[in-house]
Amino acid sequence: MTLLDFARGPALQWSMIILVAGVLWRLGGTILINAKKDLSKARKEHAVADGLKTIATRSLPAHQFEKNIRFQHFSGYAWHIALFVSVLFFAPHILFFESVLGFGWPSLPNSIILITAAIALAILFALLIRRATHPVQRIISNADDYISILVVIAPLITGILAFAHLGARYETLLAVHLLSVEALFVWFPFGKLMHTALTFPSRYQAGSSYGRKGVRA
Amino acid sequence: MRKDQTLGAYLFSQGVSRRGFLKFCSATASLMALPPTMVGRVAAALENARRPSVIWLSFQECTGCTESLTRSHAPTVESLIFDAISLDYHHTLQAAAGHGAEAAREAAMEENAGEYLLVVDGSIPIGNPAYSTIAGISNLDMLKESAANAAAIIAVGTCAAYGGIPHANPNPTGAVSVSDIIKDKPIINVSGCPPIPVVITGVLAHFLTFGSIPELDELGRPKAFFGQSIHDRCYRRPFYERGQFAKSFDDEGARQGWCLYELGCKGPTTYNACATLKWNEGTSFPIGSGHGCIGCSEPDFWDKGSFYRPIAAGLWGSRDALLGAAAAGAAIGIGTALAARSKKKRANAAKETEST
Repeated sequence: MTLLDFARGPALQWSMIILVAGVLWRLGGTILINAKKDLSKARKEHAVADGLKTIATRSLPAHQFEKNIRFQHFSGYAWHIALFVSVLFFAPHILFFESVLGFGWPSLPNSIILITAAIALAILFALLIRRATHPVQRIISNADDYISILVVIAPLITGILAFAHLGARYETLLAVHLLSVEALFVWFPFGKLMHTALTFPSRYQAGSSYGRKGVRA
Repeated sequence: MRKDQTLGAYLFSQGVSRRGFLKFCSATASLMALPPTMVGRVAAALENARRPSVIWLSFQECTGCTESLTRSHAPTVESLIFDAISLDYHHTLQAAAGHGAEAAREAAMEENAGEYLLVVDGSIPIGNPAYSTIAGISNLDMLKESAANAAAIIAVGTCAAYGGIPHANPNPTGAVSVSDIIKDKPIINVSGCPPIPVVITGVLAHFLTFGSIPELDELGRPKAFFGQSIHDRCYRRPFYERGQFAKSFDDEGARQGWCLYELGCKGPTTYNACATLKWNEGTSFPIGSGHGCIGCSEPDFWDKGSFYRPIAAGLWGSRDALLGAAAAGAAIGIGTALAARSKKKRANAAKETEST
């Protein structure tokens, strides 16, 4: 079995099993564990609208902190958009999703994907350097932050190298790229990358909880 | 052709002009990635070369490799060089049969000990020697015996080079490649199902010129022919870059000649000269005919999933395993949450009991 066969076969299968099982384990546990008793009468019995509203309002920075977090805010958005375009609209990626989901969607030209991937990589490097050098960020960062960044940077670098056929034969680069993605899959449910699945549910939970208490979220 | 006749004399007697011969030498030197200064040496060596003795063994194969080499197109200098070798033993091509044929092989081995080239096509069954025998001799024994005094071995076709289709899962005959058995001789793998004719004449020309084997890649193939992927030299590559893909073999994209990556083309992971040398006098190659590359010059090409499954799609088992993982993950998550709730409830109850 070649490295590429291993990466496309058993490594992919097992990493996806860990990803799916891990994400549902954490999602199920996190959502159901929240059953605090009301200590006073709820202002609203069902605060669904507050929950949904909070999902939207927390997508923008709070006015009080707007100036201080402008760099993180915009670089965060740019990074996520560049990453999503690179991941979701590169033709080979779509073929992969199609093989898992059973349906695909139109792709973007490779030249555009190369630009978005380069932007994503550059921003992530900038954010990594900031995290390592900013006095406050450095203190609040732990191993989870750095591992999570590492497992995201690796597929970006290996993906660009595979795309450009740089450094080794294409099948080796492709295998290393797949293995780096599989490392991400395995780490995903157990580290901070899980925010991908938890961001909106946790915003909803916070919004609806405040809503029940009559507090503006 | 007489045995003592030189290759040059034979070619000129067949009507090949000196200009045509030198053109062939230049093309061969270029194909083999040799510098232009080597053209003269190639010409001198080929012109003065005595007919090399070649013993061709056919094991578990379909004769496609021989067909490819002998019936590829009208006679050219390449095919004349192939004719010019002293092909002392070849099941399909020789007139002799039975004991006479075997006697020819044994005589050639004895007369040219240490100098003859051994060409093998087909894989060797080691599961049970009776799966393939010639004159009562198992393929394994015949290979070992013939290889013992060979100068070099050319494994022609993917079956001889890597086991090929007989080696494919579940490999009922226990088929293996030449290099799985012979470890003490230089082996050149000219893979492909079948291989390109000019590649074998190029390898022969190199052997005649330098008396050695050409530079090989890590899979034992001549780098000059197998150094680049089909994808790198494919004329449809610009469509890949632009993201223009044929979605089926008869859609507008296919008619426009767009990239066949989504239809399972294995060009990016296949190394061969099909896209540059092409077939049938340089007329076309599979991608030129509208079908993706099936990766036939790579080991285990038959076991890498469907020919029509894109490389990016992965070779993972089934969605059932993922559904099972989802169910198991959800069950563990829900179970953990319920257990935590119950624990909390018990703790609260105990607290209330204590306070009363």
